[in-house]
Amino acid sequence: MNVSRTVVAQTFRVRGLVQGVGFRPTVWRLANELGLTGEVLNDGEGVLIRAWGNAATLNTLVNRLRAEQPPLARIDSIETLPLAAGSPPTAFAIVGSETGHVSTGVLPDAATCPACLSEVMDPANRRYRYPFTNCTHCGPRLSIVAAVPYDRANTSMAAFPMCPACEAEYEDPSGRRFHAQPNACPDCGPRLWLEDADGLEIDSAPHQDAIEAAAALIEQGAIVAIKGIGGFHLACDAANDEAVAALRQRKRRYDKPFALMARDPSMVAHYAAINEAERDLLAAPAAPIVILQTGADHEPLASAVAPGQSSLGFMLPYTPLHHLLMQTLDRPIVLTSGNRSDEPQCIENAEARTRLAGIADYWLMHDREILNRLDDSVVRSDEGGPTMLRRARGYAPTPQPLPPGFESSPPLLAFGGELKTTFCLWRAEGAVVSQHLGDLEDASVHHDYRKILSLYCQLFDFAPAGLAVDHHPDYLSTKWGAALAEREALPLIQVQHHHAHVAACLAEHGVARDAAPVLGVVLDGLGYGDDGTLWGGEFLLADYRDFRRLGHFMPMALLGGAQAMREPWRNTYAYLDGCIGWPEVTARYPHLDLVRLLQSRPLALLDRMKARGVNAPLAVSAGRLFDATAAALGIRPETISYEGQAAIELEALAQSEADEEAAYGFSVMDGHPAVLDWTPLWHDLLADLSRDIPPSVIAKRFHNTVAKAVAQLTRRLAEEHRTDTVVLSGGVFQNRLLLSRVSERLEAAGLAVLRPSLYPANDGGLALGQAAIAAAITAEPGSR
Amino acid sequence: MNMMSRSPAARRSPGRLDLRKDSVEMSHGSGGRAMARLIEELFVRHFDNDLLRQGNDQAAFDVPPGRLVMSTDGHVISPLFFPGGDIGSLAVHGTINDVAMAGAKPLTLSAGFILEEGFPLADLDRIVASMAMAAREVGVPVVTGDTKVVERGKGDGVFITTTGIGVVPEGVEISGDRAHPGDAILINGSIGDHGIAVLSKRENLEFETAIVSDSAALNGLVADLVSAVPDLHCLRDPTRGGLATTLNELAGQSAVGMQIFEETIPIKAEVAGACELLGLDPLYVANEGKLVAICPQDRTEAALAAMRAHPLGREAAVIGEVTDGEPGFVRMQTRLGGSRVVDWLAGEPLPRIC
Repeated sequence: MNVSRTVVAQTFRVRGLVQGVGFRPTVWRLANELGLTGEVLNDGEGVLIRAWGNAATLNTLVNRLRAEQPPLARIDSIETLPLAAGSPPTAFAIVGSETGHVSTGVLPDAATCPACLSEVMDPANRRYRYPFTNCTHCGPRLSIVAAVPYDRANTSMAAFPMCPACEAEYEDPSGRRFHAQPNACPDCGPRLWLEDADGLEIDSAPHQDAIEAAAALIEQGAIVAIKGIGGFHLACDAANDEAVAALRQRKRRYDKPFALMARDPSMVAHYAAINEAERDLLAAPAAPIVILQTGADHEPLASAVAPGQSSLGFMLPYTPLHHLLMQTLDRPIVLTSGNRSDEPQCIENAEARTRLAGIADYWLMHDREILNRLDDSVVRSDEGGPTMLRRARGYAPTPQPLPPGFESSPPLLAFGGELKTTFCLWRAEGAVVSQHLGDLEDASVHHDYRKILSLYCQLFDFAPAGLAVDHHPDYLSTKWGAALAEREALPLIQVQHHHAHVAACLAEHGVARDAAPVLGVVLDGLGYGDDGTLWGGEFLLADYRDFRRLGHFMPMALLGGAQAMREPWRNTYAYLDGCIGWPEVTARYPHLDLVRLLQSRPLALLDRMKARGVNAPLAVSAGRLFDATAAALGIRPETISYEGQAAIELEALAQSEADEEAAYGFSVMDGHPAVLDWTPLWHDLLADLSRDIPPSVIAKRFHNTVAKAVAQLTRRLAEEHRTDTVVLSGGVFQNRLLLSRVSERLEAAGLAVLRPSLYPANDGGLALGQAAIAAAITAEPGSR
Repeated sequence: MNMMSRSPAARRSPGRLDLRKDSVEMSHGSGGRAMARLIEELFVRHFDNDLLRQGNDQAAFDVPPGRLVMSTDGHVISPLFFPGGDIGSLAVHGTINDVAMAGAKPLTLSAGFILEEGFPLADLDRIVASMAMAAREVGVPVVTGDTKVVERGKGDGVFITTTGIGVVPEGVEISGDRAHPGDAILINGSIGDHGIAVLSKRENLEFETAIVSDSAALNGLVADLVSAVPDLHCLRDPTRGGLATTLNELAGQSAVGMQIFEETIPIKAEVAGACELLGLDPLYVANEGKLVAICPQDRTEAALAAMRAHPLGREAAVIGEVTDGEPGFVRMQTRLGGSRVVDWLAGEPLPRIC
């Protein structure tokens, strides 16, 4: 122990995610170990430490705090302020907050920590096999909270008064359960049971508990609804063809891949390739679904798990319930959202009984209410780091620190898009993006959106001074934003869709508010353009405040509007007729399957629609170019059963041709904006088809072409406009092959590439970008 | 107007109109002899009734007791002739229906014509004949009217504005703000026929089965419905904007929620097929012979029976109910069992989700 005589006093102000994570007990433990006296408390800005000791030891405290911070904490800064020494206190204490206004907010739900897991697996522990075991390092958070402050009384654990043993843990500052709000044990906490389709509880004791019984049923081929953290799942044996096929039929989810859960990473490795980064993602407290590549050397699962894919989505157990379930199973299980088709998953017991009737055979239920629906997050590990595909459980509502220059932003609320919607609370303390909520046209998503929005406003003590929405007049989110702006007399800022995509990526990467413009390449299905037409293959010179459209993909008729998204063949016809002319195509390639397929369609009607402008708007859409190509190769030409299916399967096909490097032609029509013309591509592609080149090779050549063309135009525009930074975003850039090919080319040319990582490149990232743009404009009125 | 620019026909000595060859001239709106001849030989001939024959600038008539209802509607449509009707029959049906949706018995109509110079009199004759026929069929005479002519290029052939007057029987109180949670929502038949018929004719779109407009006067059906269910709460015809827009209007006006069921909404297979090909949502496609009725839950069967007993309500169906859900919001349970928000459109349908 340091024996220096000079006792100094210092205040440490710790900012970041430091409340509700066991931070004060960590400070208390370290201070005691170091022989410091003083106090630690929560306040409106984070954690405040007042410590007395010698200068070197105080320094050690700071260093050890950084090194030994609790698993769920995130220290953004530790500021050291002098403190009048006075007479030092005799001990170190955790004290109540002084201001009464404790920093608001709540943490994401976190996977069971190793300490809790070992208790659950220890027959001598009082929590042996208790599925609701948690501590300040893990367990439910956002999913069970109804209000702030985040106290047990404001969560769905309010219904379970703590027993004396739990109460003692809760009060002990040296333990992991000090102020662990959902603390529980078999004596006082929630209870689990298994019931059948008639709602009758199945009593399998004394041989089995409910979890063992459920595992046995899954092994026998049953479909079991399981209540988890953020909602109900449907589970079945992933290696059982019949069970998986039955689940698809009953759920009416015909092709969209099912998520899987495996006991541990080594089980995952039997079925998919897994590297270090992917192992870390799987084991992170967020416990997301991680998309992993499969190959010929991997053991197969039921073919219906992920039709047409070269990847599987795996997650690891993230509650004691899941750990106990997987413990007895030798194979992965399908663990998909508990719903029919594309609806949001059920969260209430009664709802699960009725909505999942006819789908599930058994229900593994518990009596801890889920207050906030949270889907499983989906992440992929790419060369450049993680790529978030769906951000929900485990990530939301972690705040995103604001980039430099936004310190004085007023609070702003951004409403997001229409599909995969999220909203964003832009606050000086960090931007909070909601969990993935789903497609707004769905009535239950619509209901949840507003419920969760008002919850977030309350949790983060948030009152917006301005609102941001997409420019599209018919997005439900735009209409609500406009209605709220009118009702509350708040300024409403309409943000162009693709500009928002670029800004979201800038904000995530901490690009300063006044940084020079970047070249934003945004490829997606479509968004509303500033000129009232539909955009979706964009090259924008953009900063937070403004943008210029420097280039775009060639516009093409969207034959039947949104119907063109559901029926890929419409796009193939649009491109062939638009680029080459249908009569020439039929004259030159009469024997192609593709031509025969299209000839069986009502083409004359489509021609009239196009000629007369009947629901056939000209649209720039990278997504539809991929659909058109997929359908040309016979991939889902008629209709798709989930968004982006044709393009996703096209990529999977291309991935199988790792060595194919050839590309088709393309041309750039100079102008303001410049236009990428795909006519040469279609000529080359038809020639390949007529030479019986395998579809996989054509798929790869197509990817090579788009990557080459996009990179070439990007480089040229970047050079012309003297920018050295490129943003790649939009849902089409979730295509891993395209993303890596474009990135490689740009980086080889010396350009810095920014791409979405923590927030999705799809419309789930829009809200963050809308908020950033609104903040940049609002802080400087009249700049636009 | 410069005399030199008058068409050769206008310089011809006044004589009988040649309905096969002549076309509308500026003089037909001048107030002079030419106009008088047009009125006499075309309008009065077709609309022929006592009040019109009096030749006054207005019609004077007695009205039965009860509250008077008045409604006006301007009709512009391309094409003027479409499968199942034309602008003339539409102008009669549209206004009669607007009057009838108050539960009223329509009494008389007025008609104002704006004609474009050069419009063939043969077409005008056909339109006015069709209008007269439509009016006669439902026993609501056109008792007064007006004609104006605009120069070539300043109109679209013919525009017709009709105004109707009707009277509401004692005890009937029908209004868009009277929907109550628990009420049943009914429709008298299939949706989308008119919009698709007009669109396919205008744009020359060919479908396997010809689609015919449902344009019809609903006053007879309304009379039967009102006598069977006098305490009917709301009636509205889902014309432009379709069923979705009408339900949103009613939900907003009554500050109630609504729940409809996709599989109960009548739609002809050919209309559904055409909508799918065109990428249009039939909920937003126009109708001209449909009504949405909202009645107390315990009157549902009576209302349905009354509708089905009438030729224009044979395919009537209960399509949903009024709820105490969020005021102004309409939800639809889809065929797949999902639940969808059915909202207003800001303007022309524009893809949101590609």
